[in-house]
Amino acid sequence: MTATPTKTPVSRPAPPAHKAAGGTRKRRGSKQSLAVWLFLLPAALLGLYFKFIPMFEGVRLSLFKVQPFLGDIFVGFENYAKVLGDQRFMEALGHTIFLGVTQTLGALLVGFVLALLLEGQARSLWFLRTAIFLPVVTALAVVGEIWRILYFPTADGPLNSILGWLGLGPLQFLNGTDTALWSIAVVGIWSGAPYNMVIILAGLTGVDRSLYESAGVDGATVWQRLRYITLPALRPSLVIVLTLAAIRSLRSFTEVYVLTGGGPAGSTEVWMTRMYSLGFQRNDIGVASAAAVLLLVVTLLLTVGTQYLAKRKADR
Amino acid sequence: MTLARTTAAPRRRPSPSARFDTALGWSPQFGANMALRITLCVLVFCIFALPFVAIISAAFDRNSSPTEISLLPKTFTLQNFEVAQQQGLWGYLLNSLVIAGGGLLLQMTVSVFAAYSLSRKKFRGQALVLLLVLMTMMLPEEVIGIPLSLVLGDLPLLGISLKGSVLAVILPVGIWGFSIFIMSEFMKEIPGEIEEAARLDGVGEFRMLFTIILPLCKPALGVIGIFGFMMVWDQYLLPLIAANDPSDYTLTVALSVLRNDTTVGPGVLVAGAVMAMIPSLLVYLFLQRSMIRGITSGATKG
Repeated sequence: MTATPTKTPVSRPAPPAHKAAGGTRKRRGSKQSLAVWLFLLPAALLGLYFKFIPMFEGVRLSLFKVQPFLGDIFVGFENYAKVLGDQRFMEALGHTIFLGVTQTLGALLVGFVLALLLEGQARSLWFLRTAIFLPVVTALAVVGEIWRILYFPTADGPLNSILGWLGLGPLQFLNGTDTALWSIAVVGIWSGAPYNMVIILAGLTGVDRSLYESAGVDGATVWQRLRYITLPALRPSLVIVLTLAAIRSLRSFTEVYVLTGGGPAGSTEVWMTRMYSLGFQRNDIGVASAAAVLLLVVTLLLTVGTQYLAKRKADR
Repeated sequence: MTLARTTAAPRRRPSPSARFDTALGWSPQFGANMALRITLCVLVFCIFALPFVAIISAAFDRNSSPTEISLLPKTFTLQNFEVAQQQGLWGYLLNSLVIAGGGLLLQMTVSVFAAYSLSRKKFRGQALVLLLVLMTMMLPEEVIGIPLSLVLGDLPLLGISLKGSVLAVILPVGIWGFSIFIMSEFMKEIPGEIEEAARLDGVGEFRMLFTIILPLCKPALGVIGIFGFMMVWDQYLLPLIAANDPSDYTLTVALSVLRNDTTVGPGVLVAGAVMAMIPSLLVYLFLQRSMIRGITSGATKG
């Protein structure tokens, strides 16, 4: 009550100063926000042109029967019905899920084993870790070409000759309808596991060494040590690795396209390769767009879902 | 006595407590335990690194075929690379390098600018901008490939076609939410006092970014540089849909052209694969410290 009357007289005698101060602050503010938007401009333009316009365009096209030169016809959700009723899309969905699950879990397990094996300070281990990381750095297309050669299906192909030494018969690998999908999964595990290894190694450095020591004093076995000390400490990074890999595997395209192109006899067709052949080779743009929108929605739901789960876990 | 032992133990490395250093308790002493570890390490090395040795060897081998792969070329030759040159591999490599260089430069510039606004400023609609940046990560070329190829063929409002030009790959890879995020996470850590002091000296926005903030961000520049390079070099679908004809392909995409060309042997394909491997290999070897930091920080931050 006393503060208000004393304050007003102070500010009232000097209205020009107040106004001037407010004015500069305002001018500086608008200059500031102008700078803000100027710095965001390149990202905004590129994002608009190459992400958001295509996204809206894709949603729009998914509702039309697209015919060049004849004009598009609005068909509502007919394209979506076509995708969901298409036998080959459903098979592709199954293959996508199969690859997603085997590659994600396989790469996680192999990465975990690699990390346990290569944990330590020695220089030789550091060298080994560098060498083993090569598959991650190499472009997927190149990885695909390398494995096409390793998978050469005759008995004297590189992998088949190793199998021969072990007394196992030659496999068809990418050429066999029942081995092709597994062969692709192995390539995915091979090129993904070292990445997980690095993340898990980083997690392992955070484990309290004295816990190992006291477990040793208590006579715990190696298995118990892993189960009760190492795994709980790694849980946060494992969760992130898993969800990122799961989301990424939904849109895996390059390795399948390079390794088999969806063949033989459609046995490795995934959502993306089916979409690609519909959109670019058969020019059925409407249906392909509907498939893309479905993929986008699933990706979005998964991302938001994991964000929500992660947040809830953090709050708890 | 016991106290002295426990305090001295961590300092002497090959102490008995070394078996608590790793989760599996690998022993630093020679013995069965170490022999097992070395065996496993050799096996792992064979699985992950030997394919590369074999491929490089095959590229320099005169009679290379998938059925005769060895770890050293039997008859050394550069012939595969010469044939590759006749097949226009240098052109593909040039495409790749221009796209990688230009795309990376654009991506890093765009990311630094955007991150500066997002991390050092407060403005209305910031949350919305952040959400949109996050969305660019969920809209990779694979998901929006079909409409993107239409947009590349006929840019809205501008009405120009980017197809067949390197810009059709460079511009779309310029925006990548991941590197914007990494950069702005790093810029947030820079104390505000530094900025305040510079502001009092009358430093403007551009000078602030380039002379004050950016020099402090060198580690982050390394991280977004290496991840950006790998992202651009790994592009497959985008160069494929952006090309007018095979001469516009990047080296990685052109490998499929070589593979389907029956007039050249597998040795030429392998030579191309080796050429496509070398740039990423060099970048990795020079910047691997940044790379490991990037992976691990990405993992802990999500």
